[in-house]
This record gives sequence, C-alpha cells and structure tokens, in this order.
Amino acid sequence: MSELPSKAPAPAEDAESEPRPGRVRKPIGWSTIIIAALVAVSAALVWRRDGTDGVLDILTHDLSLFGGILPRVLAGCLLGAFISEILPHEKVSRSLGPKSGLMGLLIGTAFGAILPGGPFTAYPVASALLAVGADFGATIAMVVSWTLIGYGRAVAWEIPIMGTDFTLWRILISLPLPVLAGALGRFVYVRLYPQPLAKDDEN
Amino acid sequence: MSAALLIDILLWGSVLGVGLIAFRRGPPVFKASLREGSMDFINIVPRIALGVIGSGYIAAIIPQEVITGWLGPDSGWLGVASAVVAGAATPGGPVIGFSIGTVALKSGGGVPQVVAYVVAWALFAFQRVILWEIPFMPARFVWLRCAVSVPFPFVAAAIAMVIGKP
Repeated sequence: MSELPSKAPAPAEDAESEPRPGRVRKPIGWSTIIIAALVAVSAALVWRRDGTDGVLDILTHDLSLFGGILPRVLAGCLLGAFISEILPHEKVSRSLGPKSGLMGLLIGTAFGAILPGGPFTAYPVASALLAVGADFGATIAMVVSWTLIGYGRAVAWEIPIMGTDFTLWRILISLPLPVLAGALGRFVYVRLYPQPLAKDDEN
Repeated sequence: MSAALLIDILLWGSVLGVGLIAFRRGPPVFKASLREGSMDFINIVPRIALGVIGSGYIAAIIPQEVITGWLGPDSGWLGVASAVVAGAATPGGPVIGFSIGTVALKSGGGVPQVVAYVVAWALFAFQRVILWEIPFMPARFVWLRCAVSVPFPFVAAAIAMVIGKP
C-alpha cells in the first residue's frame, strides 16, 4: 500500500484538498493483534478438544484454501491499483466525495451492484476508491450494495440454495439499504471526525 | 466447478480491461500501477494468511447447532434479534449461511427472521470481516461500516413483515 505521495504522476491536485483515508498501513495494527489472539485461543481450544491431529487437519485444509485464493487476491490488488490509477481523482471526489450528496450514494450503490467477482475484488476496489477521493459514505454504500444486491453471490449461491423467489424478493427488500447505510455512515462520520483534513490514518 | 471458472474469467478479464486502459495512458502509468498492485498484494498476504488459517480455528469452536438454535424458536422481534446474532456468528462461506437459512425456512422459521438472518450474514459474517474487510480496509472504515449497518437487518425484517412473503 505504501505512502500516498509516491502515487505516481497523478493528475496534479493532491497537494491540499480532500482527506485521504486508508492506503497507508502499518504492518501490524490493533486489529491484527486482536485477531491473532483470538486465533491462538481458538486453536488452543481445538487442540484441547481434538488433539494435535485436529489442529493439523484444520491447518492443512486452510492452507490449501489459502493457496487457492492467492491468485484471486493478486487479481483483486491489481484491479484496485489500476482503477485508482485510471480514475480521474478530481472527478471521483466530486461524484463520490463528502459533498456528492444522494447522487454519490446512488453511484456507489450502482457500482457495488455491478462489480464482478467476490470479496477479493470488492475490498481492494473499495480501498482504491477511498484512496482516490470517495468518502466513507459512498464507499459504505458500495460495500453494502455489493454484499446485499450484488449479483455475484446471488447467482452463484443464493438462487441455487434458497430458490429464485426468495432471492429476488430478498434483493428487492434490500434495494434501499445501501443508500440508507451510506447516508447514515456519512452522517456519523462528519460528526465523529469534523476535521477530516487532520491526520486521517490510523490502523 | 464452472462457477469458479466463470468468476476467474470475469475477474482476470476485468484486470486485463483496466490494465489495457492504464497501458494506453502510457507505460509509466501502467508500470506504476503494476508495482503498486504487487506491493499491495505482498503487504496483504500475511493478513490474509492469518485470516484464512485463523478463521478456520474460530469456526471450528462454534458448533453449528448453536447457530441453528439462535435462528430457531422465537418469533417476533426477539426472533429477529437472535437471527441477527446468528447471522454474524455463522462460520464458513455462503453455502453454510444459505443452507442454514433454507433449513430454517423449511422447518417453519418465520420469513422476516430468515430475511434478517440472511441480511445480517451478508453484512456481518465474522469470517468475511476478519478475512477480507479488515486486511484491506482502514480500521476506522471497518468499524464505522459495521456500526452503521446494525439497524439494517431489522429494517429488512420490518419491510418483510409489511410486504409479506415472497
């Protein structure tokens, strides 16, 4: 993720203007520590219940899973990087930024709904949008839209398992939710962090 | 596994598409984003590894009966609330989540409760948050996104109560 300033010869701007959340990462943040602790406790519980074999079973299964998703993670990261490079930052922050209003939330929702792939594309792309000037509200709308009304999971899993009727009806019910979630997110964000220009990166 | 193949084709097709656009902006732009993407990948791999391997252990200590139990008996808003908890706590991927929902529907679970379960699972399933959202997104985004999403399984259940069954 490296530091933003190194972000290539991007179209001028940058200097002052919008907040740029995300993108800057410390290698180990609090969330990583908490997850690691949770994992250690769970693994210990599995070990007490199922012995060493149980622990190794899960490990080998998860390692093969890990190997299987790595190429997709790479694809997601490349997708995110290319998108953040080719999207005109100024336009993005105008149409998806803090002042983009309802339109920004709708664009975020539409974008999340048509995004191909799974979590390995949704989150890298969401993170890229944040980096090029989308605000939390529009990005929340995009992520929630991807998970609730995106066609990928619905076609691959929900329709075969839960049936077409239930799935379509559930999606219909979910239609307003991404915009509402994005609006709520934006509302809360500007009140929690009234000066977004301040150092905006913690992890 | 033709669905997986289709996903991969779509995925790499999209990468190729945006890559081509970047390339037409000039090789320096292309090279810069290629480098950026690879660095992202290298930085993210340890987190994904922790997420994949770790969430397997966390899932292993959550017995599935607990989930179905939460989704079972209560009707009304209490039932919706416990369905939301069940959705967030459901381990595993979409097959498990949707199968539990189907079983609940077939065994007489209320439709609003099952809708709340599926929506809550989509929004909060802990394995997806640990494995994907936390590694890729700023911490502040993850918790704000989760916090503002809390009302929406309930909203979905309310809409389901108003408009009726599928």
